[in-house]
Amino acid sequence: MTQVLDRPLELKTPPSPAERTAHRRALLEWIAVHSLGVAAALFFTLPFVFVFLTSLMSDSQALSRDLIPHTWEWGNYAKVFDTPGFLTWWKNTLIYAGLGTVLTVVSSIPVAYALAKFRFRGRNLALMLVISMMMLPPQVIVIPMYLFWAKQLDLSGSLWPLIIPMAFGDAFSIFLLRQFLTTIPDEYLDAARVDGCGDLRTLLRVVLPMARPGIAAVALFQFFYAWNDYFGPQIYASENPGAWTLSYGLESFKGAHHTDWNLTMAATVLVMAPVILVFFFAQKAFVEGVTLTGVKG
Amino acid sequence: MTTYTLRAKHRRSTLRTLAFLSPWLIGFTVFFAYPLLSTVYFSFMHYDGFRPPEWSGTKNWVYVFEHYPLFWPALRNTLWLVVVMVTLRVAFGLGVGLLITKVKTATGVFRTLFYLPYLAPPVAATMAFAFLLNPGTGPVNSILEKIGLPTPGWFNDPTWSKPALTLLALWGIGDLMVIFMAALLDVPKEQYEAAELDGASPWQRFRYVTLPNISPIVMFAVVTGVIQTMQYYTQPLIAGKVASGVIQGAGTQFEPGYPDKSTLTLPQLVYNLGFQRFDYGSACVVALVLFALSMAFTALLMRRRGGLIQAGER
Repeated sequence: MTQVLDRPLELKTPPSPAERTAHRRALLEWIAVHSLGVAAALFFTLPFVFVFLTSLMSDSQALSRDLIPHTWEWGNYAKVFDTPGFLTWWKNTLIYAGLGTVLTVVSSIPVAYALAKFRFRGRNLALMLVISMMMLPPQVIVIPMYLFWAKQLDLSGSLWPLIIPMAFGDAFSIFLLRQFLTTIPDEYLDAARVDGCGDLRTLLRVVLPMARPGIAAVALFQFFYAWNDYFGPQIYASENPGAWTLSYGLESFKGAHHTDWNLTMAATVLVMAPVILVFFFAQKAFVEGVTLTGVKG
Repeated sequence: MTTYTLRAKHRRSTLRTLAFLSPWLIGFTVFFAYPLLSTVYFSFMHYDGFRPPEWSGTKNWVYVFEHYPLFWPALRNTLWLVVVMVTLRVAFGLGVGLLITKVKTATGVFRTLFYLPYLAPPVAATMAFAFLLNPGTGPVNSILEKIGLPTPGWFNDPTWSKPALTLLALWGIGDLMVIFMAALLDVPKEQYEAAELDGASPWQRFRYVTLPNISPIVMFAVVTGVIQTMQYYTQPLIAGKVASGVIQGAGTQFEPGYPDKSTLTLPQLVYNLGFQRFDYGSACVVALVLFALSMAFTALLMRRRGGLIQAGER
């Protein structure tokens, strides 16, 4: 843009009026676009900024209308970690998100591969059922599922009712992976077959290395899903604080520190931070995944 | 002989398909088909979880539609959210997507900043907004007061609670921004050049070149937005809980929808009926209403060319 700004000065002959209007219009557009950009950036970042600033205020100041801390109370974060249960919630969340992600990826890959590359009767029906499952609000089936896990298997008060189903394919992950796998040309698979690879070998040796970005996206989404899940832990873990996750525990934290917005905001920052860190390390896979979920047509 | 080997080959490939699909076949049966049928069954039963289920005909259905005081407010709220929140989200997502394609300086920084709020865990994001918008000491009202604007009660005022939720939803626009951005970059450049040669104004270029090209994506965003709104649960629940000051714990029961039923949504009713009132039968009725609505919009999504099912098949 600076080139456009400088150009008229370099010109020996004065610019024609048409050139000058075009130039002025480009400049105005640049200013307009970037002011809007800055305004939008403020809208998106200020909430984070205010939350972070409040998390560093003293107890009394957090109740005032000040926006900037007078004293920087980094000790607030230590207080959050000292809260009974906080480390347990952290551990439970990592188990739920970590184990759930591994199980989902392992169980969803073969299903997605079959839906993408095998020809069989009922393939479209299966795909439609996968999409229906993906769109199903968890609340629709929660009553029978709760009765199943709590009354028949006696597993309520733990996260197992949320983790075990992930060993049987997750609809969203199957769908996303299938989208990814259809883009792999059949020639690679045929070549592997000619070389004498069985289906499983083809999947493991040929398809998986090529599908790495898709698998990364699925793993990320699933990790975030478990990290963010509130409804699941609310149904199955609420009766046992030893099984709470961060998303669920955060709310009770607010209850215990009713008026201490500073501590609640410190806890909020601690729940947000890991997700944002993971994002910075895996930005590319993530954005690719979002675009893959159904718009390239 | 040949038919025999052909048949054997066919059987082998069927077995192979079944083997690869097996995790999902089990998952589909145990975690989808069975509970769905079971939900239908329980919707005709009186069941409180202690005494054995008892046939009650259409009693639960009549109760939910005619006597349950939270059902119609929840449906009205959902309609409000579909009309206002979904529309604004699509318009804003498109606007931010357009903006990011025009920004030429530090594009990557802008894009990341715009995208980040989408990643904030819903409970944490709602907690943050409950703080930012709290009527007494929240930063938003402090600033509004300083510049002499009215200071609404936000999550504590029935007329402002849904606009406050909408604000939260607009903050997390990152997903739509990325989708629109990809679509906008796919619009053929020649069409813009041709329009410019014809002397089209920026608005005309948007109206006659951009919009027709991205209309399938707009449609996709609207329909998925509606489906997401049907499932809207964590944000309104947490916002209501935090604003009301009633927090989970032994002996406390939060009647969802604070303030004055204005944040009720259908999924919250399933929880309220099933896990607070122990009326599993009526909870299943609401669950089926939720199911019917979600599936209707999913069918709409699947029927559209360029929608979900064609994706990736080119």
